[in-house]
Amino acid sequence: MRNEELILSINNVFKSYHRGSQIVRVLENISLELERGAFLALMGPSGSGKSTLLNLIAGLDYVDQGTIEIDGVDITTLSETDLARWRSVNVGFIFQFYNLIPVLTAFENVELPLLLTSLSKRERQKHVSAALSVVNMEDRVDHYPNQLSGGQQQRVAIARAIVTDPTILVADEPTGDLDRISAENVLDLMDRLNRDLGKTIIMVTHDPSAGKRAHSMEHLDKGVLNHDL
Amino acid sequence: MGLLFFYSLRNLLTRRLTTILTALGMALVVFVFASIIMLAEGLKKTLVETGSSGNVVILRKSAETEVQSRIDRDQASILETLPEIALGEDGQRLIAKELLVLITMQKKNSDGIANVIIRGIGKHSFSLRPQVKLITGRMPRWGTSEIVVGQSVAKRFKNTGLQRTLSFATRSWNIVGVFDAGDTGFSSEIWGDADQLMQSFRRQTYSSVILRLRNPNLFQGLKKRISNDPRFTLGVMREKDYYLKQSETMATFLRILGISLTLIFSIGAVVGAMITMFAAVANRTAEIGTLRALGFQRKSILFAFLLESLILGFFGGCAGLLFASLLQFLTVSTMNFQTFSELAFRFSITPGIIIKSMAFSIFMGFAGGLLPAFRASRMNIVDSLREV
Ligand SMILES: Nc1ncnc2c1ncn2[C@@H]1O[C@H](COP(=O)(O)OP(=O)(O)OP(=O)(O)O)[C@@H](O)[C@H]1O
Ligand SMILES: [Mg+2]
Repeated sequence: MRNEELILSINNVFKSYHRGSQIVRVLENISLELERGAFLALMGPSGSGKSTLLNLIAGLDYVDQGTIEIDGVDITTLSETDLARWRSVNVGFIFQFYNLIPVLTAFENVELPLLLTSLSKRERQKHVSAALSVVNMEDRVDHYPNQLSGGQQQRVAIARAIVTDPTILVADEPTGDLDRISAENVLDLMDRLNRDLGKTIIMVTHDPSAGKRAHSMEHLDKGVLNHDL
Repeated sequence: MGLLFFYSLRNLLTRRLTTILTALGMALVVFVFASIIMLAEGLKKTLVETGSSGNVVILRKSAETEVQSRIDRDQASILETLPEIALGEDGQRLIAKELLVLITMQKKNSDGIANVIIRGIGKHSFSLRPQVKLITGRMPRWGTSEIVVGQSVAKRFKNTGLQRTLSFATRSWNIVGVFDAGDTGFSSEIWGDADQLMQSFRRQTYSSVILRLRNPNLFQGLKKRISNDPRFTLGVMREKDYYLKQSETMATFLRILGISLTLIFSIGAVVGAMITMFAAVANRTAEIGTLRALGFQRKSILFAFLLESLILGFFGGCAGLLFASLLQFLTVSTMNFQTFSELAFRFSITPGIIIKSMAFSIFMGFAGGLLPAFRASRMNIVDSLREV
């Protein structure tokens, strides 16, 4: 069964940061498995290491110890260049502050990740239009980010995240900067991406109402995962 | 590729004021660079166009310029019999025994004085230089104290209009005509009967002999004949080479001046570009992190910021050249260091100057952008994403 397939398998991951001469141990022996099509909320207090774990899963940073296997690839073994290439194919990012490029239009922002593919200009345009219509922003293609509301910007950012049809979507506090209604819209959208399009989503949040929209939940506390809830 | 270019370009256009100021800094350098080379080029063009390749200049062997040269009457007369000389429309040999002396004259609109060349001419001096044309008045009559003045002299010096009288060499000289010699050095000269001038300057010798070859290919033969003949102590040069050589010292001087000035200024412009680009990198830290997260490699980031700086250099170059090209409409004068006389000429822009200036400006962009672009590309993704 396709849906039972493991898409993520984290095994005994440790991660610490150096702050001056001090070593900050952020993640302690983390193990976690996730099936394709899951929608996981990663919760926990501030400073517990949620973003750090998400960054490791997304291939933005290297573990100190342990392995992270995504769709059969152990990304902890990839070189920096290969990891960047891997991200461009496999990961869609949704950030708290949208992180759209201010000098590019909504359309161009969504097109950006496709520049790393071999798609022709025409094909790129087709993909971008499709992605923008999924997030209901097809009437704002020529707008620059500063001409859009926060909620609209986040929807464009989501279009950018899905335009390459990545293996996983990672979202770090996707509703953290939005009012309640916009936040609900974004969560509805993510729910739809998960249900209708089968996207695997890992979402970091410390908003419990956002966490409830996910289908499973993991709690991080001081760098340790609590599976109890 | 196209999108990345627009990304860099729009980032520049977005911070309009910094871009304009930085580009203006570069434009200033390009302006200095281009204008001094244009000056050297214009000077060279003026002097080179003064000469024609069918003409031969004969000077005393050791002399490099007409001013230093002396040719006595005997040698000059033998030269007139040489078979290589072309015949004019009147059936006579096209050869002119000329005298060159310098006098100082008062400039118009200022108290300054400058040297002016007086050229004592022969009957064929005008036909040897078809570019010299009388524009008002008439030719001087032989055996009189009549002179004609070049147009640049008439424009720039006091008392040089038609019917005026100039006093020098113990005599009064009537100006009976004004001639134009285009952008050549002759426009900055005064011409009169060589024999009259020799008398009043008490000179026994000519300065130079100019002749036209029947055929430009006869030059080597003529040169050999004159250097092998023991009666002569003369050097032979094509007129074109003679003037080209004269321009070289000055042009080299200007070029060295231009390059040293430019180098000093360019340090400022490069530092300016560097500050601008470092600020741009700092302001866009999160953006760099985002691009890297999306999968862009370090070298793409390096390239994007470098490109931004190169475009900045391109803008600066365009603006600088635009300002410099306005100089073309200006006539300036300088001291001709060979003869210490005034020489009027124009700034001259050439495709070579445009290419060099643009390359130089883009290089400044490169030099200014390299370190900031490098820093941008070295950033850690996670750290830069935390910077919002
Ligand atoms: N690059 C870094 N250098 C040093 N320390 C870091 C770095 N990144 C994270 N940390 C530290 O690691 C710990 C966990 O950080 P992390 O950002 O993962 O927390 P978080 O759970 O996402 O918190 P929040 O809810 O506030 O976003 C914190 O103490 C933080 O200061
Ligand atoms: Mg966080």
